Amino acid sequence: MTALLELDAVEARYGPVQALHGITLQVAEREVVAVLGANGAGKTTTLRAISGTVRRSGRLEFAGKPLRGGPEAVARAGIAHVPEGRGTFTELTVHENLRLGAYTRRERSVRADVDRVAQWFPWIHERAGQQAGTLSGGEQQMLAVARALMARPRLLLLDEPSLGLAPMIVREIFRIVRELNEHDGLTVLVVEQDARIALRTAARAYVLEVGRVALEGSSKELQENESVRRSYLGY
Amino acid sequence: MADFLQQVVAGLASGSIYAALALALVLIHRATGVINFAQGEMATLSTYVAWTLTANHGWGYWPAFAFTLAVSFLGGAAVHQAIIRPNEKGSVLRVVIVTIGLLIFVNGLVTLIWGGEVRAVESPFPAGTTVIAGVAITTADIGTIAVVLGTVAALWALLQYTKLGLAMRAAAVNPAEARLVGVRVTWMLSFGWGLAAVLGAVAGMLAAPTVFLDPNLMAALLIYAFAAAVLGGIDSPVGAVVGGLTLGVGLNLIGTYVDFVGADLRLPVALLVILVVLLVKPTGIFGKSEVRRV
Amino acid sequence: MSLRRTLVPVVSFVALTVVVAVVPLFVSEFRAQELAYVAIYLVAIIGLNILTGYTGQISLGHGAFMAVGGYTTAILMADHGVKDIWTIPLAGLVAGAAGFLFGIPALRLSGLYLALATFAIAVSMPAVIKRFEGFTGGGTGINLFGVPELTASLTPVSILGRELSFNDWLYYLSWSIALVGYVVAWLLLRGRAGLALRAVRDSETAAQSSGVSLPRYKTLAFGVSAAYAGVAGSLFAIATTYVNPDTFPVALSILLLVGVVVGGLGSLVGLIAGAVFIQFLPTWSQEVSKSPGAPSVVSGALLIALMFVLPMGVAGLVERLRLLTRRIYHRSGS
Repeated sequence: MTALLELDAVEARYGPVQALHGITLQVAEREVVAVLGANGAGKTTTLRAISGTVRRSGRLEFAGKPLRGGPEAVARAGIAHVPEGRGTFTELTVHENLRLGAYTRRERSVRADVDRVAQWFPWIHERAGQQAGTLSGGEQQMLAVARALMARPRLLLLDEPSLGLAPMIVREIFRIVRELNEHDGLTVLVVEQDARIALRTAARAYVLEVGRVALEGSSKELQENESVRRSYLGY
Repeated sequence: MADFLQQVVAGLASGSIYAALALALVLIHRATGVINFAQGEMATLSTYVAWTLTANHGWGYWPAFAFTLAVSFLGGAAVHQAIIRPNEKGSVLRVVIVTIGLLIFVNGLVTLIWGGEVRAVESPFPAGTTVIAGVAITTADIGTIAVVLGTVAALWALLQYTKLGLAMRAAAVNPAEARLVGVRVTWMLSFGWGLAAVLGAVAGMLAAPTVFLDPNLMAALLIYAFAAAVLGGIDSPVGAVVGGLTLGVGLNLIGTYVDFVGADLRLPVALLVILVVLLVKPTGIFGKSEVRRV
Repeated sequence: MSLRRTLVPVVSFVALTVVVAVVPLFVSEFRAQELAYVAIYLVAIIGLNILTGYTGQISLGHGAFMAVGGYTTAILMADHGVKDIWTIPLAGLVAGAAGFLFGIPALRLSGLYLALATFAIAVSMPAVIKRFEGFTGGGTGINLFGVPELTASLTPVSILGRELSFNDWLYYLSWSIALVGYVVAWLLLRGRAGLALRAVRDSETAAQSSGVSLPRYKTLAFGVSAAYAGVAGSLFAIATTYVNPDTFPVALSILLLVGVVVGGLGSLVGLIAGAVFIQFLPTWSQEVSKSPGAPSVVSGALLIALMFVLPMGVAGLVERLRLLTRRIYHRSGS
């Protein structure tokens, strides 16, 4: 199975500081893959490298073609990035957030897409006119995912969806991710601090340390791995 | 009483001109965080272009008006792309100097091309007055208010109801996230500068018949526009319009009824407004308090 | 501070002093007068540099403080018979007080807003001056020509046995003050004050958490820079022998800020370059073309181009050259 997304020896830096020292990973179509690691290991930077938010070097390929350019180009290529901290447009309404999600699509009406997305998040229709900044943290996270879905992406990049959210809501979000993957065949690459729930949702995972891939394998393998258990799963 | 109302209406007319230019300043500040000190001069240039078309090339007023708006739009966008964007990453000081350099450049350019004489310009509105509810209002005043309100309404519709307008708003408030959904943020910002230039051109063309056309047409107007923008809230479009109208009416009334001020101290009064607002409530009437993220 | 690091600036300063002392012997009177103006602008931008370069507060209104100083001198000389030299420190004090007072409310404004507020002051100054006619002579201004308190105006003054014409006297007066002013600024900025000011510029929040009293230093900076501007204004009034509301227009305030930026914040070389720029830009622009408006076109274009090419100003260029020569020196040495 050829990979949908391929990274080979990808490096990235923030000014003089090098954050990624050569990341190699693949994500196949219809897979859910997790990226784990401690703070500062480079998980968020990896997603930023993919979406072009940070300058990167090395080989990145998406659907067989090299992935170049900034975030605008990457979005057009079919990758939706839900950044750390949700990235909702807090000053705009829920509906406007969704319309923006569909920005790269050429259809005149996004009505059908909003309905489709509302199937996963039923409260969207009621709150369409509400300012996004007044939503709760969990709702904003769901809005961010909904917005990403509006673009009908081939790959969804999720950055730390559990950040600042109550466990119940986190479970709900990951349940939706799993269902999106199973029902719609959505490919997902999720970065997560909460290794437990990530490994329960994803099929495979990579563990990053200091800007490099330290471990990789199926979720089952990693769950049984001694050091992973001690460092990230707490037992 | 009728006299008072007349002053109010006259104030609304001049105020709508301040509002247009103030809105241009606010648009630019919201989108790119820059205070464009050259906004007035750019508007002057536009006004001269319109004037040349009608006076030297026999164009009709309104065709020249429309053409000038189009040219102004392109000019504003070009200025953003060529001059502002490369300096965005520099310090605040650098951007201030650049817009000041632009101010000096355009002012000189206008003098160079058309000379420094003061010229009388025809008003597009017929002379004469209409009487409404016992108050005599000049047609020119009505026309001015109508044109500005029309422009502002069109702009509002563009921003609220179109995909482009939505993208522009997104680019202004959250450029990083806007990129992630595929918005070409830089183009949106240039678009914003283009719209601001259009507003400036409208202000200039409406002001010219009253204040006469010369290279320093907009110098005082720029200060009034700053005062209006600051009063309303430098990031609030609604504030710019309300601020402009309020300032126009206020200045007119103060100039007429307060002897100490008379006609020549209107400018310092406007400046006093700027200072007082900046010191008492820097975010203006409609602005939100700036949150200092530590 | 290593000996070498303190020695180099001191030696170059002494060299500069010698050069300054000797120049009038070789140039015409007209040139001497032009160079005197360079010194006057230098005084003003040394002060503005403390404000903008060190505490990061942008002022587009320092021409107004020059006006305060200039009018103080004119009024003291014309109406109260004070000798011109004694009015200079007084002008500085008055302007400094005004600056300090403005500095207090200015604390609430940042960056662009402060630029806007000071711009407003600069624009309104002429009108305000006109309004208080009784004091300032209104639109007609105050004429200092022929006033006996003006040194060397009626008869040449004799210093150290040499007779100096008005222009030469002006040159030495301005440059002496400029050089002294620079030394004072240098001393002010070397100590704790300077460290605190630079901390404020680089990160206000960090400085505050280190215990630096932000308000105190920022208002002090305003006061000090205004004092310098006041002294410059006083010298300006003496030089032009005449003040009226248009002597200190908005353009001057703008030019002062431009001079600081073009010169580059910080070094003496940069500041001198900035002062030269302020004095000679109008002349150079006119040499390119005398058509009305052309000088502005040239100045404006030059200004924009400079921000692209030399955003750090002349000082930045000098610094880059210094690093380059040091690199070459090390490479050839080892």
